[in-house]
Amino acid sequence: MTAAIFYTLLIISGTGGEMCVSRAMKTVGEVQDFRPQALARVVLRALTVPWMWIGLAMMTMGFFALLGLLSLANVSFVFPATALSYAAGALGGKLFLGERVTPQRWLGVLIVSVGVALVFVGKS
Amino acid sequence: MTAAAGLRAKTFALIFLMVVFGPLGDLLLGKGMKRIPAMTSWAPRDVFHFFASAFTSGTVWLGIVSLAGFFIAYLVVLSWADYTYVQPASALSYGLIALLAYFALHETITPTRWAGVLLIVLGVSVVGHTSPQTTGQAAPQTTPQATEDRSW
Repeated sequence: MTAAIFYTLLIISGTGGEMCVSRAMKTVGEVQDFRPQALARVVLRALTVPWMWIGLAMMTMGFFALLGLLSLANVSFVFPATALSYAAGALGGKLFLGERVTPQRWLGVLIVSVGVALVFVGKS
Repeated sequence: MTAAAGLRAKTFALIFLMVVFGPLGDLLLGKGMKRIPAMTSWAPRDVFHFFASAFTSGTVWLGIVSLAGFFIAYLVVLSWADYTYVQPASALSYGLIALLAYFALHETITPTRWAGVLLIVLGVSVVGHTSPQTTGQAAPQTTPQATEDRSW
């Protein structure tokens, strides 16, 4: 039961955090100047957007959920299972970020998920 | 170069940086941390010494710089590209790790793992043929004040 809670938290917090960071960066606006000083200003500006802090907090929570899950379940289960985050990301991107996830993109995400799971299964 | 081709090219360039800097940072950090003595207890003094010795390692610093490079590339690409485009494409790093393990470290890669790498490359190529940006033209950078006004 605890493992299931950690797993759910890992997928939701990890992916949700990345989506919040994505939302924050859309607020900052498209980066067009790639000089180091300009990039430093972009990072500082991003840190003024609340979505960035929510995202970082959620990603931190996801990281601790991963540590918790690793203390309860085998690595050979945990890492292949995280491939679900790609599907969760596609769904969240569509619903939360309003991105147009075409059937082609869904297919690509599905293939990548299976591929990531196989990479970890093949490692163990 | 058309605007769409330019968008795709800069998106690919940034994803390439993420795919290289992410695993490289992990590798350097792992290598650097293995060279320092393990933490013997949670006593504040031991914890302090552990982190102090970690931060004197050049390899650890290279790892931190590499991971910072990854994070900046990640933020920059997300300033215009879809999350649902960047997230699956960044899985290419698993393929790169397997190739490095095989060619540089001469590790054995199981057929299952090779199949996974091939599927990742195939999946990323399928996603890569979609438009990197589906939510309309990302807003150009604005002043901090204007950003604050529309941050929610």
